Amino acid sequence: MTDLLSKFDPYIAEHKGLLDTGVNDPFGVVMTKVLSPTRAVINGRETILVGTYNYMGMTFDEDVIAAGKKALEEFGAGSTGSRVLNGTFAPHIAVEQALKDFYGTKSAIVFSTGYQANLGMVSTLAGKGDYIVLDADSHASIYDGCKLGNAEVVRFRHNNVEDLDKRLGRLPAEAGKLVILEGVYSMLGDIAPLTEMVAVAKKHNAMTLVDEAHAMGFFGKHGRGVYEEQGLESEVDFVVGTFSKSVGTVGGFAVSNHPKFEILRLVCNPYRFTASLPPAVAATAEASIRKLMTAQAKRDNLWAVSRKLHAGLKAAGFRMATETPESAIIAVLLPDQVSTVAMWHQLLEHGIYCNMSRPPATPAGIFLLRCSLSAAHTLADVDVIVSRFVQARESLATMKAA
Amino acid sequence: MDRAPVYARLLELIEPFNKKGIALAEATSFADDLELDSLTVMDLVANIEDEWDINMPLNILPDLETIGQLADAVVKLKG
Repeated sequence: MTDLLSKFDPYIAEHKGLLDTGVNDPFGVVMTKVLSPTRAVINGRETILVGTYNYMGMTFDEDVIAAGKKALEEFGAGSTGSRVLNGTFAPHIAVEQALKDFYGTKSAIVFSTGYQANLGMVSTLAGKGDYIVLDADSHASIYDGCKLGNAEVVRFRHNNVEDLDKRLGRLPAEAGKLVILEGVYSMLGDIAPLTEMVAVAKKHNAMTLVDEAHAMGFFGKHGRGVYEEQGLESEVDFVVGTFSKSVGTVGGFAVSNHPKFEILRLVCNPYRFTASLPPAVAATAEASIRKLMTAQAKRDNLWAVSRKLHAGLKAAGFRMATETPESAIIAVLLPDQVSTVAMWHQLLEHGIYCNMSRPPATPAGIFLLRCSLSAAHTLADVDVIVSRFVQARESLATMKAA
Repeated sequence: MDRAPVYARLLELIEPFNKKGIALAEATSFADDLELDSLTVMDLVANIEDEWDINMPLNILPDLETIGQLADAVVKLKG
């Protein structure tokens, strides 16, 4: 018998090699208690969370929790069914209405995760004979959506408008085309030149889908995302988002003004062949989205702490992935996996949790300590975070010298 | 389109990715011989697309295991 898992032997060996150096497992962190949007207990130590995408700090919001409890009691623990059969409850309709109100769109479709929202939208919109043109640094859920569908997939170099133009120009003029962009790219935290890219897409008669997962709540007048900030609301055809970042729970969605948008519910497998969100999750999402509409103070604070963290780490001599803080993702570049893991481990020992990111999640050759703050962090928290980054680096230097 | 000049130019485009400095031939495999990871392959593909002004859809990449197969694909896509 051929052991089907033996193809993963190189990964097993690599992971073992990593752990044998005596570090915490960067992919095996357990939070035994979550104290707030900014604090959790990891390895028995109170740790500042600096990598949870809990941008608006909504996870422990009183109104959100109360809405969830109420729905849990009134509708039960789960829907046990698909949205198109027995799985649509009042809270599912209510959260879709909240999305329509938030985005000012005619339609909103909620999926069970953000990953499934991309999987479903990408694979269903572009079919056989159509073309998908996507940014090289697109999220795995977008690539997987391409694999699930039957369209021809063409990639352009990250955020490169001319590259997009050239590739669109090589496609048959009459073919269906979908250009997929992201407002904020989640690894480096850089934002896309959507104005130019959407204009190029229009020039070639392509439809556009923008994933705003990492921008909801704090980009644009209404917090709709980078596309709103760049004035593209009447230009972009489909916007995809998630409940697992700014909204503070789990789920994904797509919004659109397309008159035929609702038909996707009946033809999109990642929507119709899975159970709908638990009603309590839908209710927490609804409560959170409605509060995000007026969360100006949270939004201001998120930008203030994010800018301060970027400036503080840069001043302390860390190499930043973006020259300026373009989004709420503040990523620190390191030269290789060994040094990245060692620094990540030291940070955890100093009570800081951030994300360790490496290829293929990151672009080729890029190793990151990816930080993101929340509106619940204070400016004083940022001082502590930066000082612990410096201490962790000093601990490493001491260990190397020893 | 003539295959010979395509093949010759392909070798030049691949050379920067030939970190182990092995001899390149028709049967050289991207995964086994050159040990290119999926991200590196993407960079190479982008360069090839711009060299011949073609789009090389991701869907066809799994079938292109060797330099010879890649040369055939470029000739076919260029038409």
